Amino acid sequence: MLGFIVRRVLLVIPTFIAIAFLTFVAIRLVPGDPIEVRTGERGISPERLAQFRHELGLDQPVWKQFLDYLWQLAHGNFGTSTSTHAPVLTEFLTLFPATLELAICAMLFATILGIPAGVIAATRRGSFVDYTLMGAALTGFSMPIFWWGLLLVLFFSVNLGWTPVSGRIDLLYYFEPVTGFMLIDSWLSGEEGAFSSAVSHLILPTIVLGTIPLATIARMTRSAMLEILGEDYVRTARAKGLSPFRVVGLHALRNALIPVVTVIGLQVGALMAGAVLTEYIFSWPGIGSWLIESINRRDYPVLQGGILLVSGIVILINILVDLLYGVLNPRIRHAR
Amino acid sequence: MKTFARLLAATMLVTGLASAAEAKTLVYCSEGSPENFNPQINTTGTSLDAARPAFNQLVQFEPGTTNVVPALAEKWDISPDGTEITFHLRKGVKFHSTKTFTPTRDFNADDVIFSFERQWKADNPYHKVSGGAYDYFNDMGMPDLLKSIDKVDDYTVKFTLTRPEAPFLANLAMDFATIFSAEFADAMLKAGTPEQLDQVPVGTGPFSFVAYQKDSVIRFKAFPDYWDGAPKLDGLVFAITKDPTARWSKLQKGECQIMAYPNPSDLDAIGKDPNVNLLQQAGLNIGYLAFNVEKKPFDDKRVRLAMAHAIDKDTILKDVYLGAGQSAKNLIPPTIWSYNDKVVDYEYDPEKAKALLKEAGLEGGFETDLWWMPVQRPYNPNAKRVAEIIQADLAKLNIKANLVSYEWGEYRKRMQAGEHKMGQLGWTGDNGDPDNFFFLLSCEAARPGGQNLSKWCNKEFDDRLNKAKSLFDKAERTKLYEEMQVIQHDDYPMMPIAHSIVFEPTRKEVSGYKVSPLGRHEFTNVELK
Repeated sequence: MLGFIVRRVLLVIPTFIAIAFLTFVAIRLVPGDPIEVRTGERGISPERLAQFRHELGLDQPVWKQFLDYLWQLAHGNFGTSTSTHAPVLTEFLTLFPATLELAICAMLFATILGIPAGVIAATRRGSFVDYTLMGAALTGFSMPIFWWGLLLVLFFSVNLGWTPVSGRIDLLYYFEPVTGFMLIDSWLSGEEGAFSSAVSHLILPTIVLGTIPLATIARMTRSAMLEILGEDYVRTARAKGLSPFRVVGLHALRNALIPVVTVIGLQVGALMAGAVLTEYIFSWPGIGSWLIESINRRDYPVLQGGILLVSGIVILINILVDLLYGVLNPRIRHAR
Repeated sequence: MKTFARLLAATMLVTGLASAAEAKTLVYCSEGSPENFNPQINTTGTSLDAARPAFNQLVQFEPGTTNVVPALAEKWDISPDGTEITFHLRKGVKFHSTKTFTPTRDFNADDVIFSFERQWKADNPYHKVSGGAYDYFNDMGMPDLLKSIDKVDDYTVKFTLTRPEAPFLANLAMDFATIFSAEFADAMLKAGTPEQLDQVPVGTGPFSFVAYQKDSVIRFKAFPDYWDGAPKLDGLVFAITKDPTARWSKLQKGECQIMAYPNPSDLDAIGKDPNVNLLQQAGLNIGYLAFNVEKKPFDDKRVRLAMAHAIDKDTILKDVYLGAGQSAKNLIPPTIWSYNDKVVDYEYDPEKAKALLKEAGLEGGFETDLWWMPVQRPYNPNAKRVAEIIQADLAKLNIKANLVSYEWGEYRKRMQAGEHKMGQLGWTGDNGDPDNFFFLLSCEAARPGGQNLSKWCNKEFDDRLNKAKSLFDKAERTKLYEEMQVIQHDDYPMMPIAHSIVFEPTRKEVSGYKVSPLGRHEFTNVELK
């Protein structure tokens, strides 16, 4: 087990370097640099352009810039934003809790609804319920997030007035962030109504971000369940006279969950991509819009550092998922 | 009964207190996060708007206009030769306090000197802090213009210039000329955190800074000791909402009372909402088509005038600007003083165009290039589409226009070098001074690499431009600028296409808000009903 972890962690290093290299090159292939982008119709004098390029190290050959960047990374330094002049890591840590909070809620929403939906569809295969659930899942899966988000806002926030339009909490509430997680901070603040305000702000973004994972999980659970329900040991369990609930809930589901866990793990990456749009629609102060803006501003350090940090998290979660297999499935545990 | 009476009294007391404490806070749905809170180093409107409530300059723009009026300087004297400007500073002006800093003195000459020297002198300890790029200070030519800034006494500062320059006063009303607290700067330097000066705005403005959460909210509270009287609002909140449709939804629901930059496609609905006023005004900008008068056939005035008659501006405004543009006939927008409304634009008339071309010996048409810029601007939302419309209009006269474009930096550089025959660009004003637009057609800017993209150097125009720049009398300057607009219109080195229209939806309960011709969002005089 320990060997496995060490092996996985060691494999992360080349992955990291590859990601760093790709982002590093990709952003430099986009026309314009942080200084050019800042200049308007007036232009900039060649002397000032040269001076700023020099200060940012952009006058060096690209390979040298990259090696310098790696060296900097090896010292735990993600650099400083060229537009705000704040350290990239500080900005990331300020904004990431918002994204994480939203992602966790969306994943809980997707899992809590998705697994039962898949199980119900599988046990009632071919029935009206099955078709309805899977039809809904297919629709959810193909839903453009942006359109879906705006639609929900228009309906529930603007027309019905049930939920707030955007933000994380009503602006009337003001307290210093402690953990960065609004649900926890609003609870800790002790201000009346703050927590429920935070919850109401989370509802729509959670649904929007959770829709695609929900659909994926429901479909995956259904197909995994169908496969397992045809296995010999399920037939044996039924033959033993176990209650259908025990057969499905205990024997079949536990085995069916293994591929589902993989899918959940893989969804983390998709979730980060979805977070970009969801955060934009709901003015959610997370890392999604931060990264988008860094592209527009050609803020190389933010984009490079941000992508590395996000990929780091995705990789970490995938390792955790791998470990979780072992817990769920002894056959895999022993094979290692 | 007694208990009931007591209870009643207590309830009344509580409700009374509650209504007294009902704070009037204006929520403004802004479009993005500021880079920081220092207008000396920022260039984006978003960042400048975010810092503005906390600060003042020596002089300021009268709200809703481009007129320069006193602010931290009560009055100023200009020496007869126009090179020395002495500012008499207002007394008793207080700076804001923060958790860690309480000012021990009022605003004085030291603050003025510090604020300019940081940007000007490389040996100032703050010069290199936060990137050290003072784009506006440099772009407005301050390093060339300033000879010295001297403290005459605590409340008098003398600016000595290398040449008389009337727009200098308007420059000092710009955000880059914001006055910082030298005392706060010293305190931060001593504490080893100089960058705090750029993150925590400590100024003399109507609102003092409370807190900022990136991509979420900026909070200000009214500054009761403001020199011009405490604002009528108790608080000011910027709700950062990047999506224009979300901003509009929030305004509809009353989650904010003023919003920035509505989506053009929402304008129809906004105009119909009974709770919302849709304010509008021409933007401080111009989108134009420059003819390179150094190249054939545009060296011939008749050909340039033929273009004026051949291109249908109305189609461009309708198809490309979608209602958010106003046809332009002069280089400056109508909100700038000295705008000459007597100039009559050339009408769209292909027959006249043909006649002019025939006169120039080009009735068979010709081939030209037509450059379009690769970026979107309020003054030109889609230059490629504009180019296509022009191309089609010219084809009717047998003129073959080949579309050309480059990456933005390259595009600018090549146009400035004069490689084009005909090309689009535009300008967004900085300080509302006419000179800030007319210099675009100066002889000085017509050199290769200069910003006069027509490469047009007209002595009559240029003499007036230089004279107007050296005069401080507004009436005299106005006369000269009006004449220049006639000269430009007659000789037609460029075709003014459009000014953008700025729309600002505000809820009906807001009063006292004025659309700034400078594109600013200012809340000092705003009230909530």
